[in-house]
Amino acid sequence: MGGQVFRTVVSVSVTILGLLALTFFIGRLLPLDPVLAILGDDASQEAYDRMVVKLGLDKPLWEQFVTYVWNSLQFDFGTSLTSGRPVAEDILRVFPATLELATVAMILGTGLGIPLGVVAAANRDTWIDQVVRVVSLIGYSAPIFWLGLLGLTVFYAALGWVGPPGRIDIVFQYDLEVRTGLYLVDSAMAGRWDIFADVFSRIVLPASILAYGAMAYISRMTRSFMLEQLSQEYIIAAQAKGASRQSVIWRHAFPNIAVQLVTVVALSYAFLLEGAVLTETVFAWPGFGRYLTTALLRADMNAVLGCTMIVGLIFITLNLLSDVFYRVFDPRTR
Amino acid sequence: MTDPLLDVRNLRVAYPSAHGYSDALRGISFTLGREKLGIVGESGSGKSTAGRAIMRLLPPKARVSADALRLSDVDLLTASEAQMRDIRGGRVAMILQDPRYALNPLKTVGAQIMESYRIHTRAGRAEARDRTLAMLEDVHIRDPRRVVDLYPHELSGGMGQRVMIAMMLIASPELVIADEPTSALDVTVRGQILEILNERVEAQGAGLILISHDLPLVSDFCDRVLVMYGGQVMEELAARDLSQATHPYTVSLHASLPPLDHAVDELIVPEYDPSWLTEIRK
Repeated sequence: MGGQVFRTVVSVSVTILGLLALTFFIGRLLPLDPVLAILGDDASQEAYDRMVVKLGLDKPLWEQFVTYVWNSLQFDFGTSLTSGRPVAEDILRVFPATLELATVAMILGTGLGIPLGVVAAANRDTWIDQVVRVVSLIGYSAPIFWLGLLGLTVFYAALGWVGPPGRIDIVFQYDLEVRTGLYLVDSAMAGRWDIFADVFSRIVLPASILAYGAMAYISRMTRSFMLEQLSQEYIIAAQAKGASRQSVIWRHAFPNIAVQLVTVVALSYAFLLEGAVLTETVFAWPGFGRYLTTALLRADMNAVLGCTMIVGLIFITLNLLSDVFYRVFDPRTR
Repeated sequence: MTDPLLDVRNLRVAYPSAHGYSDALRGISFTLGREKLGIVGESGSGKSTAGRAIMRLLPPKARVSADALRLSDVDLLTASEAQMRDIRGGRVAMILQDPRYALNPLKTVGAQIMESYRIHTRAGRAEARDRTLAMLEDVHIRDPRRVVDLYPHELSGGMGQRVMIAMMLIASPELVIADEPTSALDVTVRGQILEILNERVEAQGAGLILISHDLPLVSDFCDRVLVMYGGQVMEELAARDLSQATHPYTVSLHASLPPLDHAVDELIVPEYDPSWLTEIRK
């Protein structure tokens, strides 16, 4: 066990170092002059030279890299060009919006996707299976911005079932005491159910649209994992013992796909956390995806690299967690 | 004569294929009392299909028909799914070939045996556990208290197959279908496993169908033998007469066995006569 922990720590450290090296060299290789990006094209030579020294660009490359690693490990990614604030602070401000959206979407997508996939596999080639496949195929193929606009037109503009774009009504904006940055949690903690209802009515649609895509993916994967397990010999054995169909499916086959499923769910969660740029744009959602896109378009390299680091860390963390789950759940890996 | 335990008449199984249906079983008939019946034949001859058809465990797309398929008082063709669940494991059990694949990898030995017992009795957890430990002892597992908490991957092949026997026989079925129960095992433990199977079947007074491709084993172990080829029964005879069989297929199966008393470079491949399959059987 101790050996395993050690190996995991080493492999995670190497991955993070690799990630740092990658972002560092991307930053150097891009044909973008960080100095000009800050000072503008018509800066004087004197100002330019001073900025080079200030940014540490006059030092040898390895020394720049060491400083970069050292700062990054303390979540110091420098100052954002566009906002003028430290990148870490910016990310901390926009990330909860994405976290909240992605989490609600994941709960919906997993909660629907897994049962649908299981039911489709258990009723393979029947009309139930066909319906699930068509529904998930549409989820796969429909462009998300189109679904978003359509959803807004129908459910907000025409029917009025959901709230308008944006995270929160401007009336409540300065009324809500932000503690976690997750407005649903914050409003519930403050006991402000009027704010909660507003926030909820706004998050439902974008979260459902993201959930649809996640559900499509998860149900397809669940279906194929289940089909694989249902063709195993131990399923015949369980049936031969007299176990009911429900018990064979949910108590024998399903636990055997749990490990694979956790990896799939963790990866789709990571993709959502990376920021759903289109959804955030359509729904005026002040999240991570929009921040990153804006930074890219304005060549705000510090912000871009900081965001890349965060995305990398999210993937590493979720992978690590699914790995841990693997070991706890599957007796063969203990 | 009293009613047989199992009565199979003209059992046919067909699977859908590119050109209509293709036959896996072309009308086999046999009866079984509380005795040991061997079914031998090469791969694809329909041995396992016959076993699974009796338990109605064929894939849903298989088309099954028969003039009769009865387990003493129950018509297996028309029994409801709920009745079949009581029968499976409760009255008819099946031992599968390879314990490495036939046991659920995530459940302990004890949990899997207890499940069998509790499906067919109203026993509580404690009683089921006691019965499980007793059953493990009955299949000659030396240290049941330790083994009961092991996972399938921690068992050897021989132990796994004993667990399989315990799991399938704990609810005292009247008929046991053993589908190649020793083929996946080391030669050294095959004898032990058959011994244990025999002991349990006799102690419980059950009938046994032993499906195998191993002629000498079947002729030693069983009372009667069905020789199958191409989804049909070629002949039925007393097990001790197997070596004196007259049907050309059985003779050629015998001829294909490697002799023990002298070395051969090439084993004889049985030759087939298509007329065997068109022959009208009683």
